[in-house]
Amino acid sequence: MNDPFDPTTPDTTTDSPPVQLLTPAGQRVTDPDYSYDGDLADVQDLYRDLVMVRRIDTEAFALQRHGELGLWPPLLGQEAAQVGAGRAMRPQDFAFPTYRDHGIVWCRGEDPTYLLGIFRGSSLGGWDPADRHVALPNIIIGAQTLHATGYAMGLTIDGLVGTGTPDRDAAAMAFLGDGATSQGDFNEALDWAAVHQAPVVFFCQNNHYAISVPLERQTRVPIAQRADGFGLPGVRVDGNDVLACHAVTTAALQRARDGQGPTLVEAVTYRMGAHTTSDDPTRYREASEVEAWKAKDPLERVATHLRDEGVCEEWFAALDTEADALGEHLRESCQRIPEPDLASLFDQVFVETTVELDQQKAEYVAWRDSFEGSVA
Amino acid sequence: MPEFKLPDVGEGLTEAEIITWQVSVGDTVAINDVLVEIETAKSLVELPSPYAGEVRALLVSEGDTVLVGTPIIAIGSADVVEDASVETRPSAEPAKREAMLVGYGPRTDAPTRRRRPSAPASSVPAPSRVASVDTERVRQPAPPTPPAPQAPVPPSRLKLRPLAKPPVRKLAKDLGIDLADVPTTGDVVTRADVEAFAGRVVPDAPVAARPDEAGETRIPIKGVRKFTAEAMVRSAFTAPHVTEWVTLDVSRTMQLVARLKSDPAFGAVKVSPTLIAAKAICLAMRRTPELNARWDEVAQEIVVKKAVNLGIAAATARGLVVPNVVGADSLSLVELAAAIGELTTTAREGRTQPAQMTGGTFSLTNIGVFGIDAGTPILNPGESGILALGSIERRAWVDEEDNVVPRWVTTLALSFDHRVVDGEQGSRFLADVAAILRDPAQALTY
Repeated sequence: MNDPFDPTTPDTTTDSPPVQLLTPAGQRVTDPDYSYDGDLADVQDLYRDLVMVRRIDTEAFALQRHGELGLWPPLLGQEAAQVGAGRAMRPQDFAFPTYRDHGIVWCRGEDPTYLLGIFRGSSLGGWDPADRHVALPNIIIGAQTLHATGYAMGLTIDGLVGTGTPDRDAAAMAFLGDGATSQGDFNEALDWAAVHQAPVVFFCQNNHYAISVPLERQTRVPIAQRADGFGLPGVRVDGNDVLACHAVTTAALQRARDGQGPTLVEAVTYRMGAHTTSDDPTRYREASEVEAWKAKDPLERVATHLRDEGVCEEWFAALDTEADALGEHLRESCQRIPEPDLASLFDQVFVETTVELDQQKAEYVAWRDSFEGSVA
Repeated sequence: MPEFKLPDVGEGLTEAEIITWQVSVGDTVAINDVLVEIETAKSLVELPSPYAGEVRALLVSEGDTVLVGTPIIAIGSADVVEDASVETRPSAEPAKREAMLVGYGPRTDAPTRRRRPSAPASSVPAPSRVASVDTERVRQPAPPTPPAPQAPVPPSRLKLRPLAKPPVRKLAKDLGIDLADVPTTGDVVTRADVEAFAGRVVPDAPVAARPDEAGETRIPIKGVRKFTAEAMVRSAFTAPHVTEWVTLDVSRTMQLVARLKSDPAFGAVKVSPTLIAAKAICLAMRRTPELNARWDEVAQEIVVKKAVNLGIAAATARGLVVPNVVGADSLSLVELAAAIGELTTTAREGRTQPAQMTGGTFSLTNIGVFGIDAGTPILNPGESGILALGSIERRAWVDEEDNVVPRWVTTLALSFDHRVVDGEQGSRFLADVAAILRDPAQALTY
């Protein structure tokens, strides 16, 4: 059948190969445009982040299976993309993550326990986004690309871009997945960012599936190539290579802070797990595909490289112990998450509440208090 | 001793089947060791252990379908020797924390909280429920019995809409039962209440298939088998079935099938007599839309559907499933072929989604593939017609010139719901389908 809409033909991969600085076998390689400038200790720090982020993810996944969380969207396989990008940010930059970007929240320094509260249904976030310059995880697909663009335009208006002061010049970073590229919001954000030369980096983790919809039904060209039409640079990077992700994001952020405009980064990675704990990926993808990506594991290649560089086994063992402690911290913190007070919902609608909301709150509290044994 | 209660692993699941225990009594487990594999309506899931210690008891067996919140395993602390009395500690002891706080949780039939005695006087109607309150856990009893005759309650208050979850409402609707008529012990009408009222309480399935001493094999009734059985009972004893037959010469249909098979336009799809029969059904429906209708007992209406959602019965490893081609009447022949092909492939792979099996308006079943001449098919619940296509065989046939000639012959059987369709419409519809299969050129006249 000759179907012009046949989704099997588009080739979304044969653009220039993604930027890579560390091969799946753990070999450092060079790239004409990008390099990682850190020393061995810096790579060790990145590896520690990778291990910790993976532990947060696996522990939270298990907590969902224990019945402690309502839902969890696992990031397994995407650690390098998130850690590489997250660690390229400076304190004055602002991150706009999605619900799967637990690694970004970690890199910004927020306690991952907050994430458990969200997915337990006990809180709406819990942290003040202004504290560490990280917004609450966005559930609406692609909406945060506009938030980031607007924030970035504000940075320009506030004179925080291109002044040549490294500790002051700032940029915004929007995180998104391949599915978000089909949203109108994403396309509007790229257009506005390009037109206004906003200091924003769009970091797309192309994990190949929008729940069950494969990439080839999402786009006919590589995602990075979409930037061309809007007039901003697009870069493809090996999303499982933490050094490459760090290098590419560092350059893109610097460009933004210097007032040279936005960049679209496509980190080519793979979601090793399910979309969420409610999803069964075996229904829509082959085991062989998952196996092929397993060989490109983002942690293994760094561990191999560190061992080749002479990092001792004691260091790895100590890291495992630290990860175990983090896992225990999460389990215990989860037990201590307080039950939410529904009455507080009324306080969180406006900065200054309204008469109507006050009345509704009073009615609710009175009704609730009419039950025996009610706490309030 | 800590007991692990079956969690809701998939946003609103109420039960799961225990597939395989990965641990045995006496095993020592660490936190997050895999304990058991369960199957939910969504997927196979491994459950990791929330506790470390020694497995003291497996509280449910493989093959059991258990409700969310049911304790499934008891795990003792490895460094504490517990005596048996510990297991029977009074439940009134304040638990530090319920293991099941997320998801729908265990259904406790006793109200966990009661209204204070200082509640409003009994003449005041019970307050309406507030959506933001967890009505599973905070339940209001009926207002106290009035101490003395009161002023009559306004009629509008007499018949409150009974409380029930949407699936229970759907069940009642499917069974033609008014929820207000269903007696219930609590405030909320449950599935069990509806089933009891309908007089068809489904007994619990036996725990697992087991060979009997008498040489029997007892197979638990569940999954597709259970669904099929319920659907068939509901259909057979609700809709009065009439079945009509016609035997005909389909040689021209066989020629058409052979011709289409060599047509490049049909190269990528499967062409079969079933396809032509499906097309004939859609065409015949134009003249007799009564066959594409549904009896709505609750509304006391006959609902005539505009589009033909054609169910195709498929035998699968898990049993019979009847997914339907949505809007089959608006598809071209090649589109219809592709849709049927995809539907049956999906069904055989066991990937048919529940949504694909609802909303059908008429069904086609090809019993001919089993070498059977004809039968009396039972209606798919909610539909008013089903056509069975018998085997197509070379038979002696008397042609127009009184010669006995070998021809391709088959028998069609049509069952219809006599509440909706009379013999006149049923016969016309079947005759029309037969006419098209006898001479596919007849399709031009529709």
